[in-house]
Amino acid sequence: MLKFCKRIFSLFALSASVIFFIVTNSFASPTKVGFVYLTTPGDHGWTYAHELGKQMVEKRFGNDVKISVVENVPEGPDATRVIRELAKQGNEIIFTTSFGYMEPTLKVAKEFPNIKFEHITGYKRSKNVATGNIRFYEGRYIQGVVAGLMTKTNKIGYIGAYPIAEVIMGINAFAQGLRSVNKDASISVIWANTWYDPVKEADAAKVHIAEGADILAQHTDSPAMLQIAEKNGALGFGQSTDMSAFAPKAQLFASENNWGPYYIKKIEQLQNGKWNTGDGPDHWAGNEWGGISSDMLTISKFQNMPDSVAKKAEEAVNGIKNGSIKIFAGPLVDNTGKEIIPAGKTLDDGALWGMNYYLKGVNGKVPG
Amino acid sequence: MESLILTIIATSIPLLMAAIGELVTEKSGVLNLGVEGMMLSGAVGALGAVLWLENPYFGIIAGAMSGLFMACIFSVFTINFMTNQVATGLGLTIFATGLTGLAGAPLVGKTIPSLPKIEIFLLSDIPFIGNILFKQDLVAYLSIGIIILITYFLKYSKPGIILRAVGDNHTSAHSVGYPVKKIRWYATCFGGMCAGVGGAYIPLVLTPHWSEGMTAGRGWIALALVVFASWIPWRIIVGALIFGGITIAQLVGQARGWAIPSQILSMMPYLATIIALTIISSRISKNNSVVPASLGKPFFDTQ
Repeated sequence: MLKFCKRIFSLFALSASVIFFIVTNSFASPTKVGFVYLTTPGDHGWTYAHELGKQMVEKRFGNDVKISVVENVPEGPDATRVIRELAKQGNEIIFTTSFGYMEPTLKVAKEFPNIKFEHITGYKRSKNVATGNIRFYEGRYIQGVVAGLMTKTNKIGYIGAYPIAEVIMGINAFAQGLRSVNKDASISVIWANTWYDPVKEADAAKVHIAEGADILAQHTDSPAMLQIAEKNGALGFGQSTDMSAFAPKAQLFASENNWGPYYIKKIEQLQNGKWNTGDGPDHWAGNEWGGISSDMLTISKFQNMPDSVAKKAEEAVNGIKNGSIKIFAGPLVDNTGKEIIPAGKTLDDGALWGMNYYLKGVNGKVPG
Repeated sequence: MESLILTIIATSIPLLMAAIGELVTEKSGVLNLGVEGMMLSGAVGALGAVLWLENPYFGIIAGAMSGLFMACIFSVFTINFMTNQVATGLGLTIFATGLTGLAGAPLVGKTIPSLPKIEIFLLSDIPFIGNILFKQDLVAYLSIGIIILITYFLKYSKPGIILRAVGDNHTSAHSVGYPVKKIRWYATCFGGMCAGVGGAYIPLVLTPHWSEGMTAGRGWIALALVVFASWIPWRIIVGALIFGGITIAQLVGQARGWAIPSQILSMMPYLATIIALTIISSRISKNNSVVPASLGKPFFDTQ
């Protein structure tokens, strides 16, 4: 009798839980989305671009999503704690928006196999960790075209953060753009060995100008370089977001990161049960590597340049969009004269992530 | 060449200001590790003041006041409540990083006019030297003036000698009747004001905007400079210029494509600091009077 009662009870409990499950799912609760930011968003640069993306998500989904954001999360053990906390709070998809969150994201993902993770700019994936990135180098090519047409001294000063493939492919794309319009100009690179140190970036910009550069480009995060350019009558390009407020007379244009479409796409995939990590090779870029053609990279207004230059730049943008310009098409020769690929071939995405050389048009040698 | 030297000088001035202030603080026996935090609050205070009052000179005053505010917090805890100076100093920096982030949030994205250069009559017309030495901004002149004054103050003036006495042996100083706590308060506040002006120099001259944590570790270098200078004021100038010089030299080396890896060049300034520290400390063992003997020790009234 007791056994029977137990059986009836467990049957009841089971059916109750099934009913509960069905009921809760039919009244779709908002999708819980988590974001991890490296800094406070402010109003320029890397994290601000992510903030704009988040705002697009809010606009698109309204009450269908519930967003939690954690700002100012240092890369390393703190990140692990923050990501785990977001996972525990029941977020269904978590976007970790800096390269240094790669290992923490993977670690937490292992502990929460049912939660989807999206790591920005990483190169490692797992069952529930996808990666997203932007083809920043396409914007660099346009910068190169504009720089080549605007320079008077034929010296371009470039400030890089760290000599990693991501930054090097940007320099090389810049060189390709530069040489497509001006064979005499060349690029000098200063490595800041930091993503963010306004004083050092300003110093590097001053040194470039003292060495004769009249166009500056940067792959670091602060607007310091443009401010120095503004003060010294040089020209330059904004990073990640429009920086013309800092340098109204110096900014030629900015390559703007547009993460919104990617966020929206991945959240939609999750809601439709179609979320996946893509099927490209695991070791680079990941499943979502969009550029100008997919609107993940946008080009701000061309300014401080003659119409003829703006027109050429516009043509280059369209060329990249419709595929008629292949940035890394052969023949490619590195700056020591060694052939990388012959005419007729184009570097594939994997080769871009293995770049450890400068193409023709860049001075010096990649450190390390 | 000239513009490179000017860049070196400009890079050195925040270090110079912060270091001379910390030197006086340490001479009184107080080790304030909050220099980075005081510089940050100086930077945000200066920027806010210039945006509000639209005159870069108010930025210097506001920077000094913001640094002073932080130094007062530090003094209350370490001097009156006798907390551990190292922990409190570190805490001050962390606190200031957060506070300035909060206070600076509405300032992000705004730019301000730079501090104007002041040409000194006739002297600024000397070729080369005139441009470098006599066409600087007020803070640059101020920093050199302060160093000269402090040298005199510590060496020859009575209050300066009392301050050193407090730093070397607070128990004896107290027993002869000197107000140890009051003197330490003054010295710490002076240090805070100098650090604030040093921090203010960054948005006022170097990069006229606010962004969180924009001092990027310069407060720690200022602390190292004090040791590098073995608590002798004029050596801070040498140290700051060496530091600035190597920083700029490594950037120039990269731009010109010298065949040295940039990572090695980037660590040169720090390497130079360590080498200098080693040389100095080997000298100290022979002549033990360089370090203020009561440095970092809390003073209890009842002793």
